[in-house]
Amino acid sequence: MTAAFVDFRNVWLAYNDELLAQGQFAVEDISLQVAEGEFIAIVGPSGCGKSTFMKLATGLKMPSRGQIEIAGAPVRGPLKITGMAFQAPSLLPWRTTVHNVMLPLEIVEPYRSSFKQRRAEYEERARQLLRSVGLGGYEDKFPWQLSGGMQQRASICRALIHEPKMLLLDEPFGALDAFTREELWCTLRDLQAAQKFNVILVTHDLRESVFLADTVYVMSKSPGRMIVKRRIDLPRPRDLEITYTPEFTGIVHELRGHIGAMRGAGPAVGTRAGAAP
Amino acid sequence: MTRKTLEAWSPWVLLLAIVGLWQLVCSAFSVSEFIFPSPARIAEQMIEFRGVIAGHAWRTFWVTMAGFGIAIVVGVLLGFLIGSSRIAYTAFYPLMTGFNALPKAAFVPILVVWFGIGIGPAILTAFLISFFPITVNIATGLATLEPELEDVLRVLGANRWDVLTKVGLPRSMPYFFGSLKVAITLAFVGTTVSEMQAANEGIGYLLVSAGSAMQMGLAFAGLVVVGAMAMAMYEFFSVLEKRITGWAHRGSQAH
Repeated sequence: MTAAFVDFRNVWLAYNDELLAQGQFAVEDISLQVAEGEFIAIVGPSGCGKSTFMKLATGLKMPSRGQIEIAGAPVRGPLKITGMAFQAPSLLPWRTTVHNVMLPLEIVEPYRSSFKQRRAEYEERARQLLRSVGLGGYEDKFPWQLSGGMQQRASICRALIHEPKMLLLDEPFGALDAFTREELWCTLRDLQAAQKFNVILVTHDLRESVFLADTVYVMSKSPGRMIVKRRIDLPRPRDLEITYTPEFTGIVHELRGHIGAMRGAGPAVGTRAGAAP
Repeated sequence: MTRKTLEAWSPWVLLLAIVGLWQLVCSAFSVSEFIFPSPARIAEQMIEFRGVIAGHAWRTFWVTMAGFGIAIVVGVLLGFLIGSSRIAYTAFYPLMTGFNALPKAAFVPILVVWFGIGIGPAILTAFLISFFPITVNIATGLATLEPELEDVLRVLGANRWDVLTKVGLPRSMPYFFGSLKVAITLAFVGTTVSEMQAANEGIGYLLVSAGSAMQMGLAFAGLVVVGAMAMAMYEFFSVLEKRITGWAHRGSQAH
């Protein structure tokens, strides 16, 4: 295998020096390699360090031990080639939807320095992106005039407007109803298929992870470790229908089994046995 | 009459009712105007001394506005400082609270020693009494940033200034305008209190001199004028607030 796009090598993280001295790590010994354009999902119980993993992958936190390389370079600080979205859309209520989406362009280089001159062009781009996720006609509405699902679409647009190489999603659909959630799965699937960015999706929802991802990682709780790596070989493009097939439910079942075992027996199960099948 | 128009008129109706009751009590018990003047007497005095009252009112008004202007500048800057840094917040807050608990009227004699009788103490008292709510509100608005949003921005390489100007300041605007409404009424209190002790002009001075001359009607007329000015400014900032930060009131406006 050639150099991976995302390369975690034996990464440990303790949140501060005190915890480090006590040997209390939020995540332990994480090693994973993600190819360019790969869609991975990380599932696990609450508080297992999924969000910590996100902070490591964006360079917002530096590992206490181990190395992280992304796009061929060691991570040394916040990674501008990433975009993030969370469970809360956290759009700014005083900006219209299109201006919310444009916010990253006001901050990140190289757009920042040319923002004033090329504003019209950028705005058109934001509108284009909003239309592509089905928000045409809502660009000039304020976020609080949109439904929860629409806000989340806009939030994902904001994460993508600067054309990041990697999109990080932390339970992005967790607060939505089941039907809206499935609609947004399809939106995300289509965006990723069209633009081929890497995705790291953190979720509780096993069906979501299997439907969307190329590879699903299962994390154990305190300490956070990757205990299972499962490739999802379902053919793409995947349709929602696939979620009712036996293969699909089989995979979901299998993953559920890992999580069940972990909850029953504590974090000792598996260790790294499943990390590189 | 619909409920909404009733609501809009209700302050005026209540005001009329109170004035009516007041007049009724004064007339029915023939209360002496040297003890408690009736609304009619107050109105009479107000018309008789309109030139004098207007002069004093204008003085009180601009002195209050000057003090309030300083309060906005200092309050915003201080709030900015406190709200944008945890250390500053922890360091400043207890001191500020202690300072806020001091009666500002007690400062007037000190200010007189420093600045003499006149506008100096009045402007500064108005300032001292009104900057605190502005500072606290700006600081609160800045300090309540969602951690997720901060991550979104930081990963893009946003510096503290970006976060402050793109998110912190707009977010604190509703708090800011809310605080202006409170602060302007306090500023009038500050000016009037100071003028009562150390001025030869202004409504505060008018109150004291009318009181000592047993012109209760005039004294009450002065009070009415201060109250009316404070109310007018409150309304002014209220309208400004709704205009500029309507997004923060979407719930209450969607009738």
